[in-house]
Amino acid sequence: MNPITANNITVAYHRKPVLQSVSFEAPEGKLIGIIGPNGAGKSTLLKSILGLVPKASGDVNIYGKTYRKQRQIVGYVPQRGSVDWDFPTSALDVVLMGRYRQIGLFRRPKKNDVKEAMSCLEKVGMEQYANRQISQLSGGQQQRVFLARALAQNAHIYFMDEPFIGVDAATEKAIVQLLSELREQGKTVIVVHHDLQTVKDYFDWVMLLNVRKIAFGPTNETFTSDLLQKTYGGKLTFLDQKEEEGVPFA
Amino acid sequence: MLNLLMDPNTQWVLFGTTLLGITSGVLGSFALLRRQSLIGDAMSHAALPGICIAFLITGEKMMGALLLGAGISAYIGTYCIQAIVRHTRLKMDTAIGLILSVFFGVGIVLMTFINRLPSGNQSGLDEFIFGQAAAMVSGDVRVIAIVAVILLVITLLLFKELKLLIFDREFAQGLGLPTTVLNGLLMTMIVTAVVIGLQAVGVVLMAAMLIAPPITARYWTNRLDHMVIISGLVGALSGGLGTFISAPITGMPTGPLIVVSACTLFLISLVIAPERGLFVKAWRLYQLRKRTAQEQILQSLYERTEEQYEKTETIDAFSREALEALRPLSDFRFKKAVANLQKSGDVEAYKNGYSLTLSGCERAHRVTLNNRLMQMYAMHELQFASLPMEHYNWDFLSIPEDDRNSLDHLLKEHQLQPKLLHRLPETERINR
Amino acid sequence: MTYTFWILLTASLVGISCGIVGVLLILRKMAMLSDAISHTVLLGIISSYLITNSLDGFYMFIGAAIVGVLTTVFVQLLNSAGVQSDAAIGVVFTFLFAIGVILVSMFARDVHIDVEHSIMGEIAFIPWMTVDWFGIEGIPQAVWMLGFVLIIDLFLILLLYKEFKLSSFDPGLAAALGLPVGLLHYVLMGMTSITAVASFDAVGAILVVAMLIAPGATAYLLTERLHMMFILSAVFGVIAAVTGYFIAAWLNASIAGMMATMAGVLFLLAFIFSPTHGIIAKRFSQRKIQQVDIET
Ligand SMILES: Nc1ncnc2c1ncn2[C@@H]1O[C@H](COP(=O)(O)OP(=O)(O)O)[C@@H](O)[C@H]1O
Ligand SMILES: [Mg+2]
Repeated sequence: MNPITANNITVAYHRKPVLQSVSFEAPEGKLIGIIGPNGAGKSTLLKSILGLVPKASGDVNIYGKTYRKQRQIVGYVPQRGSVDWDFPTSALDVVLMGRYRQIGLFRRPKKNDVKEAMSCLEKVGMEQYANRQISQLSGGQQQRVFLARALAQNAHIYFMDEPFIGVDAATEKAIVQLLSELREQGKTVIVVHHDLQTVKDYFDWVMLLNVRKIAFGPTNETFTSDLLQKTYGGKLTFLDQKEEEGVPFA
Repeated sequence: MLNLLMDPNTQWVLFGTTLLGITSGVLGSFALLRRQSLIGDAMSHAALPGICIAFLITGEKMMGALLLGAGISAYIGTYCIQAIVRHTRLKMDTAIGLILSVFFGVGIVLMTFINRLPSGNQSGLDEFIFGQAAAMVSGDVRVIAIVAVILLVITLLLFKELKLLIFDREFAQGLGLPTTVLNGLLMTMIVTAVVIGLQAVGVVLMAAMLIAPPITARYWTNRLDHMVIISGLVGALSGGLGTFISAPITGMPTGPLIVVSACTLFLISLVIAPERGLFVKAWRLYQLRKRTAQEQILQSLYERTEEQYEKTETIDAFSREALEALRPLSDFRFKKAVANLQKSGDVEAYKNGYSLTLSGCERAHRVTLNNRLMQMYAMHELQFASLPMEHYNWDFLSIPEDDRNSLDHLLKEHQLQPKLLHRLPETERINR
Repeated sequence: MTYTFWILLTASLVGISCGIVGVLLILRKMAMLSDAISHTVLLGIISSYLITNSLDGFYMFIGAAIVGVLTTVFVQLLNSAGVQSDAAIGVVFTFLFAIGVILVSMFARDVHIDVEHSIMGEIAFIPWMTVDWFGIEGIPQAVWMLGFVLIIDLFLILLLYKEFKLSSFDPGLAAALGLPVGLLHYVLMGMTSITAVASFDAVGAILVVAMLIAPGATAYLLTERLHMMFILSAVFGVIAAVTGYFIAAWLNASIAGMMATMAGVLFLLAFIFSPTHGIIAKRFSQRKIQQVDIET
């Protein structure tokens, strides 16, 4: 059974369509990138799958059941800028938040949960920062904490919104490493991504999204200049540039 | 009642509160548009210690000195709020609440000293907390009138500079306007408006005078100059109404009645204003829903038919389920919309579902085209940033030709042009 | 039990309950809603008097708590009708407060409720207003109520500690995990209302805002841990209340006003001297950075 089956998702803010009839079936155990220009509705797609924005139409199934029933197997890494990092709490505490569902309403985290959270911090190379306050972490470290929190959710499917934004090269490498570990464990990871240069290296499958789903499939079939042109409109010149001059495109 | 209005004292009060209403309405507009409405609240509370200190120094109730003291301490309070936000991790709302309440606390402490002075008990400083418009005398009103006129004249003279400042400070700076000075001036003017209003409506309710009139005005216009004028009028009307109603009733406080008048005007506008009022909005939403439901069915039918025709060159009727899979509707809406569409001859019902008539096909074509153009617009919004779709009421069939051509081009690129209408044989259709 | 003891106990109870509730308000960026709630409490008190025709503290408490929560509902309604949030708060609380003042002057002129009292509070009378509840004599009603409120606040915060933490820090994840985010919001609003009402007699409508916000804001400049922030905030609340009382007694000035002033003084001290967030520490660390720049 497919980890995610999205059927005809439509989202509109006021009258402006943000997503129009987006349907897809995500294959299991793949790293999937969602690519598209700014304001294309990438974050909105993740949020609508997680039920955080109301859909005008459409439904989503996670392994054949509604998201509400499958919350425990879905992990979510929101955009780093979506929270206030001045919040008085430690890195370990943020990671523990990922386990609140398992812990249950009203209960407190047990030793076991703390141990689990610590091991997640280790996986992202942040164990020595466990008690560091989150406001004192660098952007890359904050992103790692967010990833560790998602790992602590111990999910089968992960949604990540722009995890590579504003992180240092070492963190980027660590995240990539982590993503491939998740894939080896048979987990499905959907990542909103920005940097076209790295798409081919990072992802097995790609969705090109701009209000509509332009294309969805294995990277080598989908990530073509033709389809990119369609997604980004006439402005995209980087593919030719890259071939001719090797100029990196941000 | 009329007798009372003939009373020169009441006339002075009426004149005073009306002027205050105009001033706070006009200056409140600027505060509102900068999303700093609650700063006025902080300013009025922060004025209290200054008033008390001025009284302690002069030892009597000298209007000018009290106003000066109020102004200075309100200004310090405003400065503290900005300093807290700039230098700490605390956010604006916390800084406002903190300064407002602490300054007020200091003021209350100082008041206990004043009350112990021999002249303190008659000083009537309480009226600055609760406002006592009825106690205004001609001398007070003269001061208020002079200050109000000065504020209004400055606003008039610097109107376009202030407008630029609140809409786009950086741009104003780029033009070489002294934005820091202007900003300071605007703050000073708001502080002054607050200070002269305190006597009439009091510390607690002064915030309402800066917020309610402009937010009311916002419902009646989209232009800043009109908004400022309307806001001034609403302020004047509330001041006048509050005074008028409270004057004949003994013991009825004027300030709260002014505020209730202002808020009532706001509530009325909220409901009945043209364009933005809730009533009109609800009516429009109802109309839109009704139209949208019909359009959704038309488009779903169009797309199903288009798809089918592509494959088999036949035209079928489609079941409700097939249509709902594309665009779900509540049972009530669906039935009503289908009934309307049948009445207008756009849709026919068959045993196995619904189908477009020829005229319905034309209408569905327009709807589909418009929606797909809208998608193209949403996809390439930056490219069409200069196209004011609100202005065209989201009707893409009425936009300028250039833009339409670009959108058509994009449609073609995405192979989304509605094709059915042009491929349909004029002859009788089959298979349903 | 002496007069001073009851005053100090009342003041400390105000300090603790306002302190802990205030932390959540600050972290959720809802400090101004507490300003609104504390003002509209007046309308609740006068309405409950007009309805029940009694000055029983319990009815007033219920009335004020209801109006307090209604205030936030109205603000939310205006918000969803498209009124910007600062203006929505400002219109709602001034309107309800004005109606409260009008009702008081129309119907309750000669009753105990006077507006002045409710704005400035009068902690000095509290020790004399005792009630016999549960067969225990001689305990002031305000102490009873503040005690109950503190227990409710503490109970809810301890029970929902991690839920409040997550939904304040990351409402998106909280909703995705299925936490009742909306319910938590109204629980907090209810806590704010009952805390404001119970503190109202002691410190009055406006100064309760100082007790709600200032200790939490001070604590926020001194700690990076949520539980420490709660503890510090409560401690600062008590310090402000107690020192405020003694200074006021010494100067023969308004007790509530002095409590707010002391809360402000504590904040000022933290603002200047906090080792991590104070302006001196910040200047110092900036200079260090500059020196390093010069050296390298
Ligand atoms: N809460 C909202 N209200 C109105 N419009 C919104 C809201 N959130 C997002 N949008 C609009 O929806 C579009 C898609 O946003 P988003 O999903 O964040 O894009 P992306 O993540 O691809 O950059 C944007 O045009 C944005 O302006
Ligand atoms: Mg995004």
